[in-house]
Amino acid sequence: MVKEVRTEATRAALGPTLIKLAQKGLDIVVVDADLGVSTSAAKFGKEFPDRFITVGVTEQNMIGVAAGLAASGKIAFASSFAVFMPGHCFDQVRMAVAQPNLNVKLVASHSGIVVGEDGASAQALEDLSLMLSLPNFRVIVPADVVQAEQAIETAANNDGPFYIRTVRPKTPVIYDNGHQFALGKWDLLRPGSDVTVIAVGVLVKAALDAAELLAQEGVSCRVLNAASLKPADTEATLAAAVETGAIVTAEDHQVHGGLGSLVAQMTARHTPVPIAFLGMQDCYGVSGRWDELLEHFHLTPQAIAEAARELLSRKSA
Amino acid sequence: MASISGASVPELERTARRIRRHIVRMTTEVNSGHPGGSLSSVDILTALYFHVLRYDPKKPTWPERDRFIMSKGHASPAMYSVLAEAGYFPSEELMTFRKLGSRLQGHNIMGMPPGVEMSAGALGMGLSFSLGLALAGRMDNLDYHVYCLLSDGDCNEGQTWEAAAATSHHRVDTVTAIVDYNHIQNDGFSDYTHFVQRDGHGQRPGGWIDDQGHTVNILSLQPLADRWRAFGWNAQEVNGHQFTEIIDALEKAKQHKGQPSVIICQTTKGKGVSFMENNPSFHGKAATKEQLEQALKELAD
Ligand SMILES: Cc1ncc(C[n+]2csc(CCOP(=O)(O)OP(=O)(O)O)c2C)c(N)n1
Repeated sequence: MVKEVRTEATRAALGPTLIKLAQKGLDIVVVDADLGVSTSAAKFGKEFPDRFITVGVTEQNMIGVAAGLAASGKIAFASSFAVFMPGHCFDQVRMAVAQPNLNVKLVASHSGIVVGEDGASAQALEDLSLMLSLPNFRVIVPADVVQAEQAIETAANNDGPFYIRTVRPKTPVIYDNGHQFALGKWDLLRPGSDVTVIAVGVLVKAALDAAELLAQEGVSCRVLNAASLKPADTEATLAAAVETGAIVTAEDHQVHGGLGSLVAQMTARHTPVPIAFLGMQDCYGVSGRWDELLEHFHLTPQAIAEAARELLSRKSA
Repeated sequence: MASISGASVPELERTARRIRRHIVRMTTEVNSGHPGGSLSSVDILTALYFHVLRYDPKKPTWPERDRFIMSKGHASPAMYSVLAEAGYFPSEELMTFRKLGSRLQGHNIMGMPPGVEMSAGALGMGLSFSLGLALAGRMDNLDYHVYCLLSDGDCNEGQTWEAAAATSHHRVDTVTAIVDYNHIQNDGFSDYTHFVQRDGHGQRPGGWIDDQGHTVNILSLQPLADRWRAFGWNAQEVNGHQFTEIIDALEKAKQHKGQPSVIICQTTKGKGVSFMENNPSFHGKAATKEQLEQALKELAD
């Protein structure tokens, strides 16, 4: 099921997938705030110029327009960078889309520290926290381009608001084309019984590599891909807690309000276990190459493995 | 025309060429950054820092200094290069731009290095901040002036117009907004009419994607000067690459009392490097090493 063949940016899935869905007859429209070339939404605009609406750099307006289109029966996609959407238009997302539960799909690219050289202002590290806080929204963080395509299809085919978070750099493709994304289901990418790593986005591959490192030391590490952050997979989380007794969460996001908080909440309710939280530790990013930044902020296979070892020693103590 | 004593036009032009060389070098060095919109604002920044602004690079927080606010924070290569030329830090540091550990971040961060007055990178935020600075100056009886550089994209954002309304409402005449109006944004061309017809769509409403994959007609700002006037501003329009025009307009703006002033500078994105001029591809992409050689030749003294 899992193999590594090539690298591709998850953001690249948007335009081609929307074209495919529209060709199948879905009533898709795209509202664009001067980033469609970067998010790949402009590819859709080239094919369907009458369904591609440019509004300039006006994210608040973009969300309002998308909401109006959705209220008129369209499947309305809006795309921008994750710092600007939800960052620049959160109230519009909350009021105009989430509360009336409209059929608006937000596909936000250039998320996380891996945006790299653009630096702190451009590194969206709070978006999941914002989006997970909104009732009605489904929140998806694809681990690779194959899953991104599936997530976009899922969003188009299910009524109501979605937030899909993609990234700028080309990252390893881990799924083959037969992959079936399912809302509320966290894929078991590697079985294991000593500890579980639950990861999202670019850190899913790092989690798999960490499990490999741990295996060499005789540690059996389970790996879950939490792409469907909301709805979350309570069953898989609780099974991990009960069966492995320790969890490492890994996300390219602030540790508050994202995957780690979600897992802590689910386990605390039912089966409290020790958890290590990997992510941005309540600080802003800096400029640098994206791979350097992952090292700099301890978001590597080695750091995940180290966190797992530490949990194991706490478990046995 | 006001005199431009203190710095002669050929001298300003030489400084501007040096700044342009810094911009293309530092972006190619790290293979990222925003050369196009940096190059388009160089002459405006050169006029400000080498003829108009009151500042002391040794006292970057001097309360009486004039403030320069760069709302279009992606033009950080221009900001850093002009600060280096103005003596805030050695120009060798420019080559650390966007690298891990550097003070010179991808987008401007306040105080990094000293002389950068505002953190920016999300468009639309600069004019509100400028108004705040100007109101504080009025409260504290300081006679500094605030200059705010805006882009096409900044003028798309609603916040700029909220700030425009508030600035004239408070009768603040110590703010001068400067629009680097190059008619090109992230994805392509902001208004169709400024450029020759780019493909067969004719004058259709809204935007479209051309054969090179650029967006055409992203959002028109026309008539830009009249929009500012309607918001209660004193508006001038100049060529943003002619020092005499820029400086004359800046001096008139400062003398204008009772309402804020805006100077709409018609500029060329990528100015000074032939293959970058009016080419949206170089908004957020650096020249290759070979292209850099060509660019440096064109920018030589
Ligand atoms: C609020 C916000 N939305 C989107 C962006 C992404 N972005 C960066 S630059 C840019 C537009 C560039 O064009 P312009 O603002 O006219 O700048 P210039 O041509 O002067 O470089 C966009 C949309 C941003 N920086 N801020």
